[in-house]
Amino acid sequence: MFDVTARNIAGCGLCALISETAQAVSGEAIMRAIALLHDRANGMGGGFAAYGIYPHRPDDYALHLMYYRPDSRDQAERLLDEVLQVHLAEPIPTRPTPGVPPGPALWRYFVQPPPGAEPADDYVLSVVMRINSECPGAYVFSSGKNMGAFKALGYAEEVGRFYRLEEYHGHTWIAHGRFPTNTPGWWAGAHPFTLLDWAVVHNGEISSYGTNRRYLEMFGYRCTMQTDTEVVTYLLDLLIRRHHLPLRVAVQALASPFWHQIERLPAPERELATAIRQVYGSALLNGPFAIVFAHAGGLVGLNDRIKLRPLVAARKDDFLYLASEEAAIHVMCPQPDLVWAPEAGEPVIGCLQAARLEEVT
Amino acid sequence: MRQTRIISSPRRLEQGQVHLAAAHLHYRQLNALVREAVARGAKHLRLSGVNGQRYLADGLRGDIHLEIEGVPGNDLAAFMDGPCVQVRGNAQDGIGNTMNAGRVVVHGDAGDVVGYGMRGGAIYIRGHAGYRVGIHMKEYGLSRPAIVVGGRTGAFLGEYMAGGLILVLGLGAGERPLVGDFCGTGLHGGLIVIRGQLDRDHLSPHVQAAEAGPGDRDLIGPYLEEFCAHFQLPVGPLAADRYWVLRPASARPYAGKYAL
Repeated sequence: MFDVTARNIAGCGLCALISETAQAVSGEAIMRAIALLHDRANGMGGGFAAYGIYPHRPDDYALHLMYYRPDSRDQAERLLDEVLQVHLAEPIPTRPTPGVPPGPALWRYFVQPPPGAEPADDYVLSVVMRINSECPGAYVFSSGKNMGAFKALGYAEEVGRFYRLEEYHGHTWIAHGRFPTNTPGWWAGAHPFTLLDWAVVHNGEISSYGTNRRYLEMFGYRCTMQTDTEVVTYLLDLLIRRHHLPLRVAVQALASPFWHQIERLPAPERELATAIRQVYGSALLNGPFAIVFAHAGGLVGLNDRIKLRPLVAARKDDFLYLASEEAAIHVMCPQPDLVWAPEAGEPVIGCLQAARLEEVT
Repeated sequence: MRQTRIISSPRRLEQGQVHLAAAHLHYRQLNALVREAVARGAKHLRLSGVNGQRYLADGLRGDIHLEIEGVPGNDLAAFMDGPCVQVRGNAQDGIGNTMNAGRVVVHGDAGDVVGYGMRGGAIYIRGHAGYRVGIHMKEYGLSRPAIVVGGRTGAFLGEYMAGGLILVLGLGAGERPLVGDFCGTGLHGGLIVIRGQLDRDHLSPHVQAAEAGPGDRDLIGPYLEEFCAHFQLPVGPLAADRYWVLRPASARPYAGKYAL
């Protein structure tokens, strides 16, 4: 008989925080916040990204890898030794945690591209794509500097304990509890999705995935994670790092206003919005989403253009908080100065004071 | 929310009054305590330390007062049939889903999808509300739901609305529009009333806008009075202001869209 109490009513949960003055905080707060959103997930994936956590090796790319097969590590390490300078290789520290099933082997490598490999970011990106598509069972799930992604099957708070995140200190944290709808629940398919220093968590569905993916393939990105969110990460890398679009322009390409809204804008903004839609039509994200993405310089929250998924923001002193539900923010910050619901398609931006991204306002 | 929890037993204050300390309780435990207290005859319940617990007051019936301190979780007062819920803080998404009777009074802001498919009773929000307020609201006979938003609302206000009243007052809205885009899309019954200036760019072609007449003002008068009573505001300035009424342009806005 159908068991009513076993019904699983969920819808992904996400939360994030940034200290704009780069105060490092431990993973405790973000783990408590995502634990409050437990009922939005179903145990089929949880994950975190944290920035500023490797201050002892801030200039090395920190590669986090999953190995699904016994020979995956040999293959990947052979490739790494061949194309990169590996300064340190070690297992990622974990602890046995109820709720996190046995999974792939987890290793991390602090690396530099060889001298003359320029631009370095593009070189590392090509290595990431090669490992993901050429080494069977090996997946790079984090590849930025002084940051790291941590993800697994299980509920997010269990995943955080598994990775011992209370031992890390970062100025920016994002977290996600997954309720997979259209794609498999597996370790590499948990959020965040990362590339270089980009990390993305997402609640919703990207129904334009096919269009976005074909567009990205023209620029050398290969989608291997079997999940729609992956394209958001690569689009950000393409638009902001490689095409040098200001953050607000890139975000407008992902969640463009409707044509009838563009017609209402004053002339200069109308021309910009029209050009974005014409040039970057294939980067438009269709479907319902609330996403939070982080990078070396800050944190951004964004909703789809008709706000089909929840997102709440709050500020307290130099901290910006984002979450699927306001209650999760109160766990991190009991008395925020300001709480608000971002408008559809309107980004909420937190910037590290030391590394302000160029902005069009 | 799987950690070990401390279950506090209802503490009786006076006859019929109960205080529940909700901090760290899972929504199932908290709702079970509420139901148990109501079954034992509690008429006035105060829930302190609420933070994110879902489904509070759902399907609750009778002459019961529920006072919530903190931020209640999603789907507050869904299917509620009679009680009065006071929220001393902000509320999240989905308040009053398919609510049948009673009152929800939010002293802060509310999230998206307020009063989805609401069938009766009234929701009063002191601050702003989110997207899709009053979606699929309906009425039948004497059962006529109402949503009064003190501030402004997001897009898709009154989407597919079939009955009832939505009143938007725009207090504290500043320069921002009181309603978002696509206001009244698919509306084919009921009324949306907006105070002050109306920006027609935001209106769906499915509504007709006109300034409120004497009959309309008589209709909204009691709701303005109750709003002001809940939040201790003078009703005079609001009652004297200018209002716009949005009515359905057609009883079948999608006639011909899916069938000839």
